[in-house]
Amino acid sequence: MTASVDGNALAGALREIFAVDVTAAVVRCCGCGQAGAVAQLTVWAHAPGLVARCPGCSDVVLRVVRGPDRAWLDLRGTVALEVALPAE
Amino acid sequence: MARTAIPGRLTWRAATVTAVRDETPTARTLTLDVPGWPGHLAGQHVDVRLTAPDGYSAQRSYSLASASPTVELTVQVLADGEVSPYLGTAVKPGDQLELRGPVGGWFVWRPTDPAPVLLVAGGSGIVPLMAMIRTRAAAGSRTPFRLVHSARTPADALYATELARRTRDDAGLDVHHVWSRTAGRLTVATLNTHGWPPDFAPACYVCGPTGFVEAAADMLVALGHSPRLVKTERFGGTP
Amino acid sequence: MAIVSPGFHGRRRADPDLPPGQYLTTDFPVLSAGPTPRVPADRWQFTVTTETGAATTWTWADLTAMPARDVTVDIHCVTKWSKLGTTWRGVPVSAFLEDVDTAADYAMAHSYGGYTTNLPLDDLLDDQAWVAYRYDGDDITPEHGGPVRLLVPHLYFWKSAKWLRGLTLMLEDSPGFWETAGYHDYGDPWREQRYQGD
Repeated sequence: MTASVDGNALAGALREIFAVDVTAAVVRCCGCGQAGAVAQLTVWAHAPGLVARCPGCSDVVLRVVRGPDRAWLDLRGTVALEVALPAE
Repeated sequence: MARTAIPGRLTWRAATVTAVRDETPTARTLTLDVPGWPGHLAGQHVDVRLTAPDGYSAQRSYSLASASPTVELTVQVLADGEVSPYLGTAVKPGDQLELRGPVGGWFVWRPTDPAPVLLVAGGSGIVPLMAMIRTRAAAGSRTPFRLVHSARTPADALYATELARRTRDDAGLDVHHVWSRTAGRLTVATLNTHGWPPDFAPACYVCGPTGFVEAAADMLVALGHSPRLVKTERFGGTP
Repeated sequence: MAIVSPGFHGRRRADPDLPPGQYLTTDFPVLSAGPTPRVPADRWQFTVTTETGAATTWTWADLTAMPARDVTVDIHCVTKWSKLGTTWRGVPVSAFLEDVDTAADYAMAHSYGGYTTNLPLDDLLDDQAWVAYRYDGDDITPEHGGPVRLLVPHLYFWKSAKWLRGLTLMLEDSPGFWETAGYHDYGDPWREQRYQGD
């Protein structure tokens, strides 16, 4: 059977690339404009990479592929990521 | 070859199993010694990587069950699982595995959060929520907590003995079980009776199989809870 | 320097006869990058579009009336499982290209659901690639790409697009869904061409 999980499952793969936890960031979908936490994206993990889709329109918002010595991050489906940071 | 951990970079660490504890006939808790463990928030998880003698490797995510700094994972053995039968039945104290984390900063509860908390668990989805209950106790927090836990039968319920004790000893913690084999699935009426009124603006955490989580989250929103306050974590599979 | 767990074997086995880095499986794992499209056979269509935009379309009735082959092939997934001796029925891709006027060297396979993957046209000709509609004696289930999937077993299995709905012929190579995210444009398992640059 196939089942999706959610964006919480992206935490390890994204934390390898980013210095902050991106699953708590707010992401806006290019397809429909809906915004929500990365953790709430629908994630297809039984695949050659992690494919995160918008829970509203199911367009691909973010993809991560991990090779042995490289990673690829595709954010074409993302308008912007809003990342909370400590005040300067 | 020694790996030097660059501060802030997520790296695989060698973890040693120090204890195993049966929770139910099909679930075990592993206590791990992880040198350099930076501590974690309740609700965070780790990635575990296993490598077979022929080089085949498999990676899975597990929620941390314990309050920081103790590292405990509860593994539910899945009938068709690949990693869980090893972790849930074969691994023994002294064995090593690779682990990275903690990761995840969204499905987390901090003892400084002031809102009352509603935890809704489907099956082994209780694991990260148990970390919240244990963290609350360890911090001496008085934040009111309510847990609604759906499990197939009492024999399938994780942490039942500890929860019974904590309901008695931890002031402000209420626990309600739904035995789905006899009582059926979680209902709006159960969440209405054993949750908090939406007016209290509780922080709601829902964890379980995808179908369970989506049904429970929809019920909470239908009851008037703000979708913004309903955090969910799905681990796939069927209820 | 991974830590080896002597008691852990997973569900796969190393096998010296497999392509490098592959492990043998006896089940048939289902990989998906999104929701499974449910396409009734009587609504299924397959369109070949040339570089000039000329399009030819076949229906399920057209497909199943064409001369088919039964083939037994090994398949190799880039996620490291291989499955030996799988049996399929399909129509050779070349049968759909016979009357097509093209100077293209590449093709993009398109799927219901939006998936794409690129292949050299030469790799779709002769007895190398099939438009498959039966697996192991039965209709192909939606989880495995039914009603119709591409079958190109000499390349990693992500090239064998599930839920096939068309081929677009191209003068220049252009990366598909996984190829834009790091995977190899060709994907020969025997040369272990998993990622770009391999």
